[in-house]
Amino acid sequence: MTPAPSPEVLQAPLVVEFPFTRSLGPVQSAFLTGLRERTVLGVRTTDGRVLVPPVEYDPVTADELSDLVEVAPTGTVTTWAWNPASRRGQPLDTPFAWVLVRLDGADTALLHALDAPGPDAVRTGMRVRIRWAEERVGAITDIACFEPYDGAEGGEAVPHSGEFTDPVTGIVAPARLDYTYAPGRAQSRYLKALGDRTTQGERCPSCRKVYVPPRGACPTCGVATDEQVEVGPRGTVTTFCIVNIKARNLDIEVPYVYAHIALDGAGLALHGRVGGIPYDQVRMGLRVEPVWSEDSRYPDHYRPTGEPDADYDTYKELL
Amino acid sequence: MREVAIVAFGQSHHRRDSAEVSEVEMLMPVLHQVLDAVGLRAGEIDFTCSGSSDYLAGRAFSFTMALDGVGAWPPISESHVEMDGAWALYEAWTRLLTGEADTALVYSYGKSSPGDLREVLTRQLDPYYVAPLWPDSVSLAALQAQALLDAEDAEDTGADERALAAVAARSRTAAEDNPHAQVTGSPPPETLLDDPYLVRPLRRHDCPPVGDGAAAVVLAAGDTARRLCRRPAWIRGMDHRTEAHSLGVRDLTRSPSTRLAAERAGAFEAPADLAELHAPFTSQELILRRELGLGEGVRVNPSGGALAANPMMAAGLIRLGEAAAAIHRGAADRALAHATSGPCLQQNLVAVLEGDVL
Ligand SMILES: [Zn+2]
Repeated sequence: MTPAPSPEVLQAPLVVEFPFTRSLGPVQSAFLTGLRERTVLGVRTTDGRVLVPPVEYDPVTADELSDLVEVAPTGTVTTWAWNPASRRGQPLDTPFAWVLVRLDGADTALLHALDAPGPDAVRTGMRVRIRWAEERVGAITDIACFEPYDGAEGGEAVPHSGEFTDPVTGIVAPARLDYTYAPGRAQSRYLKALGDRTTQGERCPSCRKVYVPPRGACPTCGVATDEQVEVGPRGTVTTFCIVNIKARNLDIEVPYVYAHIALDGAGLALHGRVGGIPYDQVRMGLRVEPVWSEDSRYPDHYRPTGEPDADYDTYKELL
Repeated sequence: MREVAIVAFGQSHHRRDSAEVSEVEMLMPVLHQVLDAVGLRAGEIDFTCSGSSDYLAGRAFSFTMALDGVGAWPPISESHVEMDGAWALYEAWTRLLTGEADTALVYSYGKSSPGDLREVLTRQLDPYYVAPLWPDSVSLAALQAQALLDAEDAEDTGADERALAAVAARSRTAAEDNPHAQVTGSPPPETLLDDPYLVRPLRRHDCPPVGDGAAAVVLAAGDTARRLCRRPAWIRGMDHRTEAHSLGVRDLTRSPSTRLAAERAGAFEAPADLAELHAPFTSQELILRRELGLGEGVRVNPSGGALAANPMMAAGLIRLGEAAAAIHRGAADRALAHATSGPCLQQNLVAVLEGDVL
């Protein structure tokens, strides 16, 4: 048994970025369209409370809500937290306070940022007002932030139709998270071996099966696989399909063959493209070897070795 | 009703960064630890349930990778929750209560090190009104802490910054006896108050460490439990409840969901001698103590709690595991375990565990 070398930890940046396109119901649509028009709407519950921001179902009774009201752009801080360093995506890029604000006429509070010179200028109970964003699109960020305001509390919620011309019916909420991906011991060893153009599998100490690519565990026995085994480079096509749809950003002419290939010595097949042979001549049992293109970190495709086909019994367990 | 117990508990050493191992590589020793404790092999477990999160891993269906560690071939009876493993335990418990299984393996894990946890957690917020503002998890907890400090009844709860520091000091001092903890030892509360604020009113000691870790428990029913464990930790009751998702409609100084879950779990029927509370922020322990009616006679978080190690998706399961382990070794007879999920104690689970009188 080859003792496992202590691998250098591989790491790479991984960015996950996605726009969520969300549709709005009637209440959320009215609220966000209202923000675009500098109008703050809430919804009145069956027991008379005014929820701002509004929701379509009462959080206490689950009653459906649709009775829209307009509240003031001024309000009172119900709690706060001083954020000394703004983070990506947050409403202000200078230090600011997170605040929950109960707008005049509302019974619940809205989360947003408060632009204030420092924590000593903020307290629970302080009066604030909305600072509108210059460009408004129908999103919570149409409120740029809150700012201190010295007017007294006042203003009842007044009924509002919730009707606007050109209402906003959906939002796109972009998200981006940055990671540093580290593949762990087994996959690091596999990837490093690929850099030397060899394929490294790992053998299960219990059932003796050789996994490639290895993930560090035998899914049958639930134990660590830590014995290094070099497999291939040649292998046998165990099954295949013919691809007729051209993938975007992929410079391969269709039709082409995608196959399961059992590398010699491996306990299961991995997949790869088969080239160097007309697509309609690829068959189970075909013997293949990897073709590396210059500078690539994995085989570009597999091509026939010219050997006689493998006997079915030699790979039937790997199908 | 069937009796169901936690019969084994294991956890990893929780660390700031575990880049050298994949999730399954981090998890597997913990799985072996609990299976060895009850003398079962992978494949002999009737039901398996796990908790983890794709947003921590940064990829879809990430839990399938970890399944290699439980021997998922040939096919096993398995389920997953995209939550803390405490909720996976709840699912496994109900499965055992139905009589469809006699044993269950529950595990959970999270590696926070690949991403920026404070940003990652913003993705669990309301996507219309809140998430576009990217309010990070520490800031939301700080809003809750300030509400507690400013509350009219703050004198009753004893909520001031020194009380928060006392929670931190007590937890991290207790963690000196916990070989798995990530942060151990603490200066006295008075000294902690000299530190600068992280997000006012929270200082660094008011917040949990960010780290990677895994945990697992084995559940068993009736006589199977007695056969596998000298002193099973019987689950006398368990319940979980949630608050409204909008922070602004809640009284952040209270946790009615915790109180209701505790009531339904039977927590108020007899006093407990130990409580493992999942309170990642110091202020949250004060809130939970009040809702659960915990007096001075109850040992709270002798493990150090989430302030000593808070691996996402596992820290709640660890509370159940630590409470059960105390019963296993005779250090407690009746224990409460609490798990939370979401911002500002949004979802809460309470379990009541008891050991037979030997
Ligand atoms: Zn095996």
